[in-house]
Amino acid sequence: MAVVERGQGSVVLSKLEWLVNWSRKSSMWPFGFGLACCALEMIATAGGSRFDIARFGMEVFRPSPRQADLMIVAGTVTRKMLPVVLRLYEQMADPKWVIAMGACASTGGVFDTYAVVQGIDQYLPVDVYIPGCPPRPEALLHGILRLHEMVLKGQARGTSLRG
Amino acid sequence: MGEEHIAVRKVQEALPDAIQSIGTFRDETWIVVARERLLDVCKFLKEDPELAFDFLSFVCGVDYYPSQPRFEVVYQLYSTKHHHRFRVKTKVPEDDPKVPSVVTIWPTADWHERETYDLFGIEFQGHPDLRRILLPADWVGHPLRKDYPLRGPERSS
Repeated sequence: MAVVERGQGSVVLSKLEWLVNWSRKSSMWPFGFGLACCALEMIATAGGSRFDIARFGMEVFRPSPRQADLMIVAGTVTRKMLPVVLRLYEQMADPKWVIAMGACASTGGVFDTYAVVQGIDQYLPVDVYIPGCPPRPEALLHGILRLHEMVLKGQARGTSLRG
Repeated sequence: MGEEHIAVRKVQEALPDAIQSIGTFRDETWIVVARERLLDVCKFLKEDPELAFDFLSFVCGVDYYPSQPRFEVVYQLYSTKHHHRFRVKTKVPEDDPKVPSVVTIWPTADWHERETYDLFGIEFQGHPDLRRILLPADWVGHPLRKDYPLRGPERSS
């Protein structure tokens, strides 16, 4: 990005891809749904002034997948819940990103059983994995900021525009 | 051992050949009945005014693999009139896992029997709507059986 003085005004020169990615990462709307205890940490991150996700332009947790850009898989995905998670992901408009929050969403966690999906990345393209059981809000924020960085650089899987 | 449970005495009087065995543990008493006599015994336990077991707390299955008969179905009863409890068990063989349904006696048995069917594969004959209740409808197998692999058939090791 560069600023060029020209006559009385100034012109900002940039690549279109950079501008698009910048606006995407600056107003990323998460999908408000949770599956287990991780969801409570997500709510604490989103809903309270203490952690204040509004600093990053993300306080609008959408109750509808149609309006959301980011799916935070917050909790244990059971085999029975899996079709619901996949349908919600499919209902989200492109571009869309996925964060696997916590041990369960990343690997199945302690639930090494027939009833639990051993990592949502077997079914969805995950961009960021957040460790913890559950992760603290700071960890979720860190993961989200990492995702912002990846989107800005065109490294995240959810976007087709590579800057 | 305390005194004999009133339900044991009354069942012995009314249906003398129904009880296969009697057990007590920590003041909780149960009887084992043949599955052919299960409905008679249950109906008597509910309808006798001195027993009045009008509330079926739960139905559940037990897998005693590898002993035979392999399965057992347990009925836990409670009387809201007399505030006493009682337990009825019936043995179920592995090669013919069928038990008469008690839905006609206690309608609450509907979902309990569906759960037992879902997780143990015990068929409740006469049940109005016997299908899976917890697992997805297309699930194969019955996971609370002792020989079901904990991590699922595709990852068993």
